[in-house]
Amino acid sequence: MIRLVPRSEAAPLLQIATPVLAVLATMIAGGILFAIMGYDPVAAIRTIFWDPLFGPAAGYSRPQLLVKAAPLILIASGLAVGFRAGIWNIGAEGQYIIGAICGAAVALAAYPAPEMWIFPAMVVAGAAGGWAWGMIPALLRNRFGASEILVSLMLVYVAQRIAAWMAFGPMRNPEGFGMPGSRNLQQYPAAANPELIPGTGAHWGVVAAALAVLATWFLMSRHIRGFHIRAAGLAPRAARFAGVKPETLVAFCLGLSSALAGMAGLFEVAGPAGQITDTVGVGYGFTAIIVAFLGRLHPVGILLAGLLLALTYIGGELAQLTLNLPAATVQVFQGMLLFFLLGFDLLTRFRIARRITA
Amino acid sequence: MIDLFALFLMLLSASTPILFAALGELVTERAGVLNLGVEGMMIVGALAGFAAAHHTGNPFLGFAAAALAGALIALPFAALTQFLLANQVASGLALTLFGLGLAALFGKPMEGVKAPAMSPGPLGLNWIVWLGLLMVPTIWWFLNRSRAGLILRGVGENHDAAHALGYDVRRVRIAAIAFGGAMAGVGGAFISIATVLQWTEGMTAGAGWIALAIVVFSNWTAPGVLAGAWLFGGVTVLQLRLQAAGVRVPVQLLSMAPYLATIIVLVAISARQKYSRRAGGTAPGSLGQDFHALR
Amino acid sequence: MTDAAVFRARGIGKSYPGVRANDDVSFAVDPGEIHALLGENGAGKSTLVKMIYGLVRPDDGHMELNGQPHQPTDPRAARAAGVAMVFQHFSLFDALTVAENIALGMENPPPQRALSARIAQVSQDFGLPLNPARRVVTLSAGERQRVEIIRCLLQNPRLLIMDEPTSVLTPQEAELLFATLRKLADGGTAILYISHKLEEIRTHCDRATILRGGRVVDSCDPRAHSARTLAAMMVGGEMRAIDRSGRQAGEVLLQVRALTQAAPTAEGTALKGVTLTLRAGEILGIGGVAGNGQDELLAALSGEIRGASGTILLEGADLSRLGPEARRAAGLLAAPEDRLGHAAVPDFSLADNTLLTAGARKGLVRKGLIDHPAARAFAADIIRAFDVRTPGSGTAAKALSGGNLQKFVIGREVMQAPRVLVVNQPTWGVDAGAASAVRQSLLDLARQGAGVIVISQDLDELLELSDRFCALNEGRLSDPVPTAGLSLDQIGLMLGGAHGMEVAHL
Repeated sequence: MIRLVPRSEAAPLLQIATPVLAVLATMIAGGILFAIMGYDPVAAIRTIFWDPLFGPAAGYSRPQLLVKAAPLILIASGLAVGFRAGIWNIGAEGQYIIGAICGAAVALAAYPAPEMWIFPAMVVAGAAGGWAWGMIPALLRNRFGASEILVSLMLVYVAQRIAAWMAFGPMRNPEGFGMPGSRNLQQYPAAANPELIPGTGAHWGVVAAALAVLATWFLMSRHIRGFHIRAAGLAPRAARFAGVKPETLVAFCLGLSSALAGMAGLFEVAGPAGQITDTVGVGYGFTAIIVAFLGRLHPVGILLAGLLLALTYIGGELAQLTLNLPAATVQVFQGMLLFFLLGFDLLTRFRIARRITA
Repeated sequence: MIDLFALFLMLLSASTPILFAALGELVTERAGVLNLGVEGMMIVGALAGFAAAHHTGNPFLGFAAAALAGALIALPFAALTQFLLANQVASGLALTLFGLGLAALFGKPMEGVKAPAMSPGPLGLNWIVWLGLLMVPTIWWFLNRSRAGLILRGVGENHDAAHALGYDVRRVRIAAIAFGGAMAGVGGAFISIATVLQWTEGMTAGAGWIALAIVVFSNWTAPGVLAGAWLFGGVTVLQLRLQAAGVRVPVQLLSMAPYLATIIVLVAISARQKYSRRAGGTAPGSLGQDFHALR
Repeated sequence: MTDAAVFRARGIGKSYPGVRANDDVSFAVDPGEIHALLGENGAGKSTLVKMIYGLVRPDDGHMELNGQPHQPTDPRAARAAGVAMVFQHFSLFDALTVAENIALGMENPPPQRALSARIAQVSQDFGLPLNPARRVVTLSAGERQRVEIIRCLLQNPRLLIMDEPTSVLTPQEAELLFATLRKLADGGTAILYISHKLEEIRTHCDRATILRGGRVVDSCDPRAHSARTLAAMMVGGEMRAIDRSGRQAGEVLLQVRALTQAAPTAEGTALKGVTLTLRAGEILGIGGVAGNGQDELLAALSGEIRGASGTILLEGADLSRLGPEARRAAGLLAAPEDRLGHAAVPDFSLADNTLLTAGARKGLVRKGLIDHPAARAFAADIIRAFDVRTPGSGTAAKALSGGNLQKFVIGREVMQAPRVLVVNQPTWGVDAGAASAVRQSLLDLARQGAGVIVISQDLDELLELSDRFCALNEGRLSDPVPTAGLSLDQIGLMLGGAHGMEVAHL
């Protein structure tokens, strides 16, 4: 018989080992799934995890890594701060959409002015839009005690419909021959979020993601606010005793994560996506939740996890092209990864011991 | 008058998926488990039920398969939360993401297929609608009058005390999670088999999350769940009516109504629960907490 | 006589990782006997009774009940064999009714109506009034215990285990409980009574088995010994005497004026017009049965709950509207009852736990930035000065024993040199050595000119420490009474709600 014994000391090695184990387990389980579906499991795993970096088409796919990872890391850094405090912003996808819409609105209003201030103003508008959308669940929780999980999630569906309305209505491109969707911002230099160094995929969103990792690392490890956030998540009464106001913390965490999500939306719409469409939300807000957990809610972990999940996106697309694997494979992979991660997490909190027998 | 009655019948149909899912989640939560995976279990049920109905030609077998699939897909969640002591919020989210992905992956062959016809029950309503209505008093009776229901409530209210009295907290909770999954599966299948009559990716469109909100709204009672489901059904029907009547509001904005209504209801009920102390029956005492007994 | 024993344990042993909780424990309980199991916190009493009740399985040794081998696999098996248990922390379900709670504790409960009738019958027989339809959340601590007892009585147990039952009762309620237990024992039930309260064991128990460090160290007739000798057996050596000398009341430090506050939660207690004055060098004791507003009073003083302006003044400055950090900066510090989760974050290291309260006064946090080396150094200072047994400042708070963590928590506040320190249950669940160290540190703090408020449910502790005594009852604070010459009976009446002492003569 085995049993679980709570650990009194953190085990730093396991903190790193469990995500790796989870990734390996996901590969094995995924391979089994592919075999059942009639694909060559080794080829599929190689296509998803290896080929984007080192395969024949790596020249095209490598820059994509940063493009896909940037929004994931930007959003996840903010979410992780809230998750540490037990504040569950599940609606980053909605904040991302609203941020994209608000940022694009600045550009579309200014079009075709060439001024330098336009892009910075878009960034501010994107962050502010996301922040405002995130303050709705924050206010409703603080004022009425409504669950921020459910409210932020409902607002994703609302945001998706606002995006659809924008694409078909107010923001529709007047020169788009009646097609839904806004003007393409990539073709509007003052508003575009271009590739900064050719061939790397690095745009302003990548810079912002790097800064977000640094800033949240500093917040969580060196600043008293970060300390209070960690305390509130582990022992809410102790945090209150220390002087933390729960309402302030809710507003701060939701505000921070939604502003970052909104910014991610703006960088996307001004760069890789280019325009507001009814499908402007592509699920980064949800995948970022997995990134946050896979990164163990730690900024550096999130950086690595974001790159890994970006890899699965690119690998998934590649597998779709070369192996004819369904697009949803990536989604299943990501869900499985989170399952395994949560399971292996047990090892960091408990020791497994043999039951002592007489 | 006739039109009002017809509207009411439409409301009954529109509320059925949420009613099933929310009743299942009610039982799960009364056992002290918060399962945020309702959306994932619903979509898996929607697909499994549809596929089974299509292959057997019998919609009722479809619903049975949906219940089974919903219960099965809930098992990883049960294992994570009950044996591996994983965080319930995160595990529920994982279940939703996994279920959505799984259904999208296996649903490809079902796209464009039509559902087999179902013979309607009394008043021209689907039999499953009647089953849902029957589940309300059944679950009420189970929770409030039966011995098993008392034990389940005890486990949800104070798992340490239940353990100290010798009840197997894990077993009760796993059973409740599986039941919640089965009910969510049936709710999802109602959308694919009886409402939309085909399979499309992501077709539950947040119904699982609305069900979660309705459990809060119900103050954790079965009649309250019925009221919440009807309220939601009413908003949906009204919104569809307005669309059909060609109101000069964009369709996209009208279709927000159910989600906005859910937020409003959630806020109203949370405020009441927050400000009315000792009002009978609030959230189960151990809801969402891990249970680990040293032996 | 011994052949007729209801329960017998032979050589029972149980190990947890790193701890030998019980070792070679043997004793017997006779029918009609109230048998005390006496020991300090951590002596192994709880583990032992959990084994008898089937919650934990022994590693070695064996048990007998009524001459039959007793090896319960779970509490239901133990109940079926005739063992019943009243827990220290009630195993009740707040949202359920009394009748539902009792039904959950029975194997084959009769239908609701018949059960209610039986509850009424038993509660009348034993003089324990209880309404079966009431929801438990609305009951007082004493009433909740009645639910537990009646739940046990309905099963006609052969052996009834009571785990620290009087810790939540007023002296008068405790008397009522002992009358009930005696009535039961006279009917032939064997009672195993767990406590560390020497006086009540001396007056009410027939025999005592004394545990120390998981082993039986002695067995005696408690009525034949003084409390002092019992304590020596329990602790294993003479207790260190407390030094109360060298204090004198100085200027007024803290004033609380008509502090009134709604209950913060559904289960909480409202504070009603609490007024008190605390002088430098003085220790004010506040007694009361659990749940009469102790937590709320501490929260109101620490700043976790803010009051109306003008209600809390420290050296003349109004702190009522300020939060915990500002109050600490002004010199008003506090240490709440619950060590794990309130006074300290269980998963944080001791060094990180200093940051909870000492950031400003010890300069551990400047302009929002944490000075981690300074926090480690302060934690090491506390560990040294208060003899906290731990590998170091990097150890998680939850890894410490109750006594060591309590020394750390009290040390953290005392070493910040507060003007006023408020503590709640400073020695609850702590071994005797740590308890006396904590008490001495509070006395020393007062000697250095600080004011100390001790909120406690342990009357002996209050009598030992405090210069003046107040009772907290349903959120109301009585007028203070000098502790010298105060008897336990008088205190009991104050706790029961009689405010002026003249009522004591009725």
